[in-house]
Amino acid sequence: MTATAGGVDAPGRAEVGARTLRTDRWWLAPAATAVGLLAFVVYGGVRTFQQQYFFADERYLTPFYSPCVSLGCASEPGAAHFGMFLPDHPLIPYAALSLPFLLGFRLTCYYYRKAYYRSFWLSPPACAVPEPHAQYSGETRFPLILQNVHRYFFYVAVLVSLVNTYDALVAFRHPTDGFVVGVGNLVLLVNVALLWLYTVSCHSCRHVMGGRLTHFSKHPVRYRLWTWISVLNTRHMLFAWVTLGTLVLTDLYVALVAAGTITDFRILGAGGM
Amino acid sequence: MTYTGRFRVWRGDAEGGALHDYEVEVNEGEVVLDVLHRLQATQTPDLAVRWNCKAGKCGSCSAEIDGRPRLLCMTRMSAFAPDDVVTVTPMRTFPVLRDLVTDVSFNYAKAREVPSFSPPADLAPGEYRMQQVDVERSQEFRKCIECFLCQDVCHVVRDHEENKEAFSGPRFLIRIAELEMHPLDVADRVDAAQDEHGLGRCNITKCCTEVCPEGIKITDNALIPMKERVAGRRYDPLVWLGRTISRRR
Repeated sequence: MTATAGGVDAPGRAEVGARTLRTDRWWLAPAATAVGLLAFVVYGGVRTFQQQYFFADERYLTPFYSPCVSLGCASEPGAAHFGMFLPDHPLIPYAALSLPFLLGFRLTCYYYRKAYYRSFWLSPPACAVPEPHAQYSGETRFPLILQNVHRYFFYVAVLVSLVNTYDALVAFRHPTDGFVVGVGNLVLLVNVALLWLYTVSCHSCRHVMGGRLTHFSKHPVRYRLWTWISVLNTRHMLFAWVTLGTLVLTDLYVALVAAGTITDFRILGAGGM
Repeated sequence: MTYTGRFRVWRGDAEGGALHDYEVEVNEGEVVLDVLHRLQATQTPDLAVRWNCKAGKCGSCSAEIDGRPRLLCMTRMSAFAPDDVVTVTPMRTFPVLRDLVTDVSFNYAKAREVPSFSPPADLAPGEYRMQQVDVERSQEFRKCIECFLCQDVCHVVRDHEENKEAFSGPRFLIRIAELEMHPLDVADRVDAAQDEHGLGRCNITKCCTEVCPEGIKITDNALIPMKERVAGRRYDPLVWLGRTISRRR
């Protein structure tokens, strides 16, 4: 890591000598963030291309494979709720219709931008800690100017959340046992509820719902929506991390049930209490 | 509790300087500025430190304590252990004048580049009528005490002197946001924020918010909403479509 030319050592500024005088463990947060994000990317990558154990008990579809639109989804009858039309290829995810947009939604998310700018690009690694880059243009040039498309991804993320909600609801219906409630249903419901919280707490959602207005008094309904979303927005970082965790846990639960490693406990319906 | 605290204070000017070690009495309830005043009174009568209100409202005593931009008058000594060595330096983004005093004229130059409040031409002073709900967002930004800690910590200019011309910094981007969100301001601030004040250089890493002594949510409530307005103006086809349809009606 080289010292920043023209940064804190620029002519005229106080000659302190040290890059930073921070004495706390400023490196801990970016390091933990990097580990957390990398762990998710590795897990998500493996599961996305595994193309196995994505549908359990003939009704639980993992969010990593929703909507299941590949011809390969035929291996699990009932998993494809919206038809099968993409070719079955090891490099084409079964949910290729949604995953690129969800990845884009998270990549351009204002919270995740902060997280990876700090932890991976070290720009800056922490406040008042010099970054290693000699030049900086921020989000003014390609490719980072594309961060401005976050709103497109938000629009698609809302549609995908609707699909996830549909998946969670149809999972209450077993093809032969009828209406059943298992632990997996609760897992899917909690996951989709948290996904909604992450999606609607998005800064773009806050703007679209009312933030772009100058006269709230003329739009009381949108003002109310903006107020509610603003409350959620203060916890956007929390929802960002919690949903990474629930996505992994939900997928893991479905995968373990599908693989026969664990049995889904039925709370209500045939086989239940 | 009274104890002898150990301090390292940067002393020098634009020609050069260094950290000097001092041992100063610290009393219960004191802040770093109190200790610096005692240092002035007992050991270094020529120590230069800018201060005024001692209440966190004038924004004069901005400096860096253990490498973090802070107000000297709002940093309690109880935050440190008695055996800690507390390091105090001037803000490292601006040219140093002497000891802990920096030349913050960069900020005043940037302030002059922001056009002032522009009310509608058909309203005379005294005829302005606004609802509280419409001005609340702008009022948060009016809490700014212009301590320039956000300007100091922002890596866009802290780490890149060459960006000072193109980037106005968080303090003046919230001033633009304040006016843009004001119900009676008719000037177009969106394009100016992006093109003339360098909003696109902000990568929303939130250090400005972290150091703001007034607790202004600079990033979430000003910078990101301004980025969203820029995106709406330039990059959102649905907004463009909606505007086109409403214009035709």
